[in-house]
Amino acid sequence: MVKLVVNGQEKTVDVDPSTPILWAVREQLKLTGTKFGCGIAQCGACTVHLNGEPIRSCSTPIAAAEGGEITTIEGVAGEDGTLHAVQAAWIEQQVPQCGYCQSGQIMTAVALLRDTPDPTDEDIDAAMSGNICRCGAYGRIRAAIKSAAKA
Amino acid sequence: MGKWTRRGFITAGVAAGGVLVVGVGVREGHRAPKLAEMMTKDGETLVNVWVKLAPDNTVTAIVPHSEMGQGVFTSMAQMLADEMDADWEKVTFEQAPAHEAYANYPLGREFIMGDAKVPGMVQDTLNGAFLQITKSMSLQITGGSTSVRFTGMGGMRIAGAAAREMIVKAAAKTWKVPAKELRTEKSYVYHDASGQSATYASFAEQAGKYSPPTQPKLKTPDQYKLMGKSLARFDIPSKVDGTAEFGIDVDLPDMKYAAVMGPPVLGATVEAVDETYAKDMPGLVKILNKGTFVAVVADGYWQAENAVRQLDVTWTKTGAETLNSADIYSQLGTAMDDVTTSGKAKKDIKTGNVAKAAEGAARSYEAEYSVPFLAHAAMEPLNATAWVHDGKIELWSGLQNPLGVRDEIAGTFDVKKADVEIHNTLLGGGFGRRASPDYPLMAVEIAKEFNHPVKMIWSREQDTQQDWYRPASISRFKAGLDEDGMPVSWENLFVQKFDPPEASHIPYKIDNQLIQYAEADHHMRFGPWRSVDHTQHGFFIESFVDELANEAGMDGYAYRRKLLEHSPRYLAVLDKAAKAAGWGRSVPEGRGLGIALVDSFGTVVAQVVEVDVTGPEPRVIHVWCAADPGYAMNPDGFVAQIESGIIYGLTAALYGEITIEEGAVVQSNFHDYPMLRMNEAPEITVDIINSGAKVGGGGEPGTPPIAPALANAVFAATGVRVRKQPIANYQEGLT
Repeated sequence: MVKLVVNGQEKTVDVDPSTPILWAVREQLKLTGTKFGCGIAQCGACTVHLNGEPIRSCSTPIAAAEGGEITTIEGVAGEDGTLHAVQAAWIEQQVPQCGYCQSGQIMTAVALLRDTPDPTDEDIDAAMSGNICRCGAYGRIRAAIKSAAKA
Repeated sequence: MGKWTRRGFITAGVAAGGVLVVGVGVREGHRAPKLAEMMTKDGETLVNVWVKLAPDNTVTAIVPHSEMGQGVFTSMAQMLADEMDADWEKVTFEQAPAHEAYANYPLGREFIMGDAKVPGMVQDTLNGAFLQITKSMSLQITGGSTSVRFTGMGGMRIAGAAAREMIVKAAAKTWKVPAKELRTEKSYVYHDASGQSATYASFAEQAGKYSPPTQPKLKTPDQYKLMGKSLARFDIPSKVDGTAEFGIDVDLPDMKYAAVMGPPVLGATVEAVDETYAKDMPGLVKILNKGTFVAVVADGYWQAENAVRQLDVTWTKTGAETLNSADIYSQLGTAMDDVTTSGKAKKDIKTGNVAKAAEGAARSYEAEYSVPFLAHAAMEPLNATAWVHDGKIELWSGLQNPLGVRDEIAGTFDVKKADVEIHNTLLGGGFGRRASPDYPLMAVEIAKEFNHPVKMIWSREQDTQQDWYRPASISRFKAGLDEDGMPVSWENLFVQKFDPPEASHIPYKIDNQLIQYAEADHHMRFGPWRSVDHTQHGFFIESFVDELANEAGMDGYAYRRKLLEHSPRYLAVLDKAAKAAGWGRSVPEGRGLGIALVDSFGTVVAQVVEVDVTGPEPRVIHVWCAADPGYAMNPDGFVAQIESGIIYGLTAALYGEITIEEGAVVQSNFHDYPMLRMNEAPEITVDIINSGAKVGGGGEPGTPPIAPALANAVFAATGVRVRKQPIANYQEGLT
């Protein structure tokens, strides 16, 4: 049993504590917006925030989140459903193609902009290069981050 | 529109359906009740196969394609709605079910009538028996960059125009006025003379009684209201908040999870399974030996994956376990040598007299190129959820060919097609991989052992090592050159011909051509990979042309221009890319510009790459791309596809290589099969040319020119000619 807060709600997850956060979130909590891509922290599709920091949930055991707070893509928008500036910019720039990596991209970008509200291209490279997009939407992701920074 | 307009698509569709397709008429009277049952809710009227009208005047386009990133739901609806004069604010879409009625009629018809080049992946699916009636109706393919150019141009637009005409006819009858006095706008019919107006929906029931017109009048580009506009995609909002449902997200009551392992040497089968270390693992439900693969079913996927990795599987020997990559290249080379010696090369193109021209040439130039195997590496690892119950099979998965999969399942598991229900989801990337039916069949194989649903998920390692690969290939060229270095003869021998058939053909005017190929057999399996044969031939041809330019002492742009004088369309595309890139400008030391042009899937694309080789790895700074798809239906969507195609091809050109050791694929995940990332992504500029040529595709044509444009840029920067992909092989030589 692991107790934690997910998207602002207290949860108890009944899984082996070595289970990666990814699978606990997807299968036990039914929050499927967080994606499985590689299983070895190489692609960023599984990015969530643990205590505010972006982590690779495929390679972080749920035990590490005991008593902590996880935010997934489902918890990024405001409680009234208002999209986060990053999500709105993603729509404005028509970023997603297949869309599979985008939850992870957005989670990484949200953390980037929180820490660096006006990122340079180098900041964007440094923060976003852990997230692979096979549809190659990098140019649009960059543009959307800059657009969200202005919002 | 060619034959479509002359024959009238819908009538022709009736003829094709009524005559060729036994039992599945396309006529209203035959099809409508069945379709109505499947597709319509109370009060809705089905106007024709691709469109329905709800009482609230909502127009729903029924799209017989899968969404794998290309924005197809939007572009298809856009084409239909424009011809229908529908109110875009009230247009929506539904994905067609895997049912014969929603087979890609236009695709099938172009196929049957033989007036279009139909992608080989279609032929492959049909096992070469495409004219077999029952099979021909199982086309529901997304691939070959076909959606806009075939389904959109030959189906959606005509359906929209026909629907509009039927509504106008119904309004004329209701209002007792001549149809020609009516006009339509935003899903309303107006009779200005009497001041009457009413919604489309108010005429839907009456309209549904008419047979579709035989030749609905289509708009000309100056009349387009929605086509040619960058309308926002329907699917994007769900892709920014986590609600988009991919195959991997399917959740069913009592569902269990399966992890699988296939043979490291493709083609091997299970000889023995030692379960010692797996059998007591937590959450384990069952270990399955399926002959061609093993599976573990467990309460959760993590548990299943951990357990499957603990299985000690002995695989049968196929003879391929002695082979390394070098052996396979050697086999390919030997197959080419053999046909050269025996004169038994297969003819692809033969024009003029190559031998005679070569004899009279001032000199000749030869080069050989090769490309490696490539995996698709879609972001969403392959997966499928199956539930076998009550004599039926249900399958949830992201599929490029749902109807084909339905038929494969019915055939393999001996159930009626009607008892197989496919729930096609969004695809987390396809690139050709999700056109193969292997993974849904495996899911059913597993699920038939249980009375509950099972979701099978492949690990990234399985996804990389159990692919249907872009084939490794070799291509040899010999050109006879005149005194100015211009080619008088073009000889090309390559190995493996797949699809599309014209991929090895050149856009350049050279009178004497002999293009031939050899076939080679080895254990690696092939599948369509974004742009299929164009990926390798684009690299081969455009590299060789660049070498000829260099040999002639000309730059690649000027040399190509001379060879393209016959084609204003090609020249316009080439010029646009060169101009955008500022071709001819001087670049700093360590940088180079390279150019390439490829015509694929009906779209002509030229790209200029600026590369910087001063760092530890070559870095692409900027790609300038000009593309002529005839007419871009959704320009921003088209640009996105081209950008995507460039990054996909650039990833392969820089790093992409699947190697074989002891018969098995070496690479397993993104650490050893690397992908281009944000910090390596070039700036991309795309210029569209709406030339008015026959509408071409968008999903693939961006890919083929990038590898040669990069190789040519690397040559310009370093003098090193990249003849073997990927460029990673040349790293040391470049710095």
